[in-house]
Amino acid sequence: MILRLAFGSLLARALTVGMTILAIALSVALFLGVEKVRTGAKASFADTISGTDLIVGARSGSVQLLLYSVFRIGNATNNLTWESYQDIAARPEVDWIVPISLGDSHRQFRVMGTTNAFFDRYKYRSGQSLEVSDGVVMSDLFDTVIGADVATTLGYKIGDPIVVAHGLASFTEHEDQPFRVSGILEKTGTPVDRTVIVSLKAIEAIHVDWKSGAKTPGNSTPADVIREMDLQPKAVTAALVGVKGRLQVFGLQRLINEYKEEPLLAVLPGVALQELWQIVGVAETALIGVSGMVVITALIGMMATIFSSLNERRREMAIFRAMGARPRVILGLLILEACLMAAIGAALGLVLLYMGLTIAQPLVDSAFGLWLPIDAPTLHELWVLVSVIAAGAIVSLVPAYRAYRLSLADGMMVKV
Amino acid sequence: MSDGTPILELEDVHYRWPGRASFGLSVPSFCLKSGETVLLLGESGSGKSTLLSLICGTVIADSGKVSVSGTDITLLAAGQRDRFRAEQIGLIFQQFNLLAYASMLDNILLPLRFAPERRSRVKAPQDEARKLCQDLGLTNDVINARAGTLSVGQQQRVAAARALIGQPPLIIADEPTSALDAATQITFLELLFAQSRVHGTTLLMVSHDARLADQFDRVVQMSDIAKTEREVA
Repeated sequence: MILRLAFGSLLARALTVGMTILAIALSVALFLGVEKVRTGAKASFADTISGTDLIVGARSGSVQLLLYSVFRIGNATNNLTWESYQDIAARPEVDWIVPISLGDSHRQFRVMGTTNAFFDRYKYRSGQSLEVSDGVVMSDLFDTVIGADVATTLGYKIGDPIVVAHGLASFTEHEDQPFRVSGILEKTGTPVDRTVIVSLKAIEAIHVDWKSGAKTPGNSTPADVIREMDLQPKAVTAALVGVKGRLQVFGLQRLINEYKEEPLLAVLPGVALQELWQIVGVAETALIGVSGMVVITALIGMMATIFSSLNERRREMAIFRAMGARPRVILGLLILEACLMAAIGAALGLVLLYMGLTIAQPLVDSAFGLWLPIDAPTLHELWVLVSVIAAGAIVSLVPAYRAYRLSLADGMMVKV
Repeated sequence: MSDGTPILELEDVHYRWPGRASFGLSVPSFCLKSGETVLLLGESGSGKSTLLSLICGTVIADSGKVSVSGTDITLLAAGQRDRFRAEQIGLIFQQFNLLAYASMLDNILLPLRFAPERRSRVKAPQDEARKLCQDLGLTNDVINARAGTLSVGQQQRVAAARALIGQPPLIIADEPTSALDAATQITFLELLFAQSRVHGTTLLMVSHDARLADQFDRVVQMSDIAKTEREVA
């Protein structure tokens, strides 16, 4: 009955109570949303590469190497010469090695030159392999396999021609050597979705008429002639390496890092990711802090609402007192109301979160390549909701105590 | 109707409002017998509200004895007094008696929530509430309506039903008819009298309106039983 009365009292003040609940709901949705994006981003990053023991590139920072080789963020400072690549490939510890050559682009997507071994060796989300959803992997020099997002964004089908641009965001195109889409990959939720994959030799082929980053004037070499040429690359951007035994990873890493011929860097993807988290961690904490403050602000707003309602509710409290309710009951009633508001707000916040996720999921995916999973609330999220309700109860103690004092003083006689 | 047992006794009661030393109330002796209907007449400012608060135990006398049904409530702890009030006294105010957002039924059943003994006397509370409403001339279709939607006359009848439910030995009404028009006043009082007689309840009604006097067993002037002290500031 008391619960029903508390509900009735809230309903009677539907407008102000509704506003308060909405504020709580929005703040809870924001807080949980930030958490979702944070854990989603982390999981998405962590899922991007698996099964690769070492990433090798020119010496820079381990985070930078990870970002440009796997996530296609930023650029390489230098290349890995073909000789060094061959040296490493010949090491007895090395089980497999896949070269990566970056630097060109097609529209807003990056072009990556590699060998067909990439499709066997590159693994994501705990060991899943890339699958071709349509067509086949490259068989001709000018064949290309495109990621799922490239295909959907640009509307490409098997057999469509693609002209690769020189460099990133450039107006010079390798128009003399057009590619043909031979395969489209299945959606992976990794940067591969937004990559145009060609063979390593093709990267050499489109640069035959180029010297020092500029096209040499005059007639371009016909495609047939290029096919006959030796298209051995002089350098690659990075290499993904798998070793034969787990224990050999660190030995090989040290060997590469101390390589005399050229300054190289080998990183363990997991360790580099950890370093990345440490950098991002500060911003993450700040974000959580800010959204936490928003929740607290909403709860303080609720406290203000309860406070301002006290005076007009003295009559109501006097009736309770006259009917034999102890001042404690008044205290409890106000805390109960606050808990109800916080609980409804928290539940509504959860609903808003899922609505927001449903709307934002495809947008975030296409804009940032970040796949936010829509799962049932985790235990952690349920704890957040419980904490919000508990915090609501604690915050309401202040006005509830004031009501307690008022009802003690008023007794059952309030002349309103 | 009275059988002579005192239901309410005040002896040598002195009270001074905290923080307002200039205003005090003293009641040398006042007694109400079981089953009596008594009208307490007094002008505004004569200390009627204070006297009612003393009887109900929401304020406590500085000295003297306030006994309801043989229990001196000045000796009870605060929580016990609240429970005692819920068990022993049915209250009707001047107006704004009800929780406007609650249904009529919930309003009537509210005192039972705080008075387990009174509740145990009512076997089927909802049926009892409906019966009281019928006896007080309220139709059944309004019983689930929110109290705020009722007319003042209807609200006062609901308040009467709330005071009567579970048959508390004492009903205190603080100017219950002052917000009603003359015709409604008479109907209301007739219903209230009839019901308190049926249930053998003692009725103490406070008013400034002497025209109601002939309907009561006894009329007491506030000035005869109590003395207010006002020091010149």
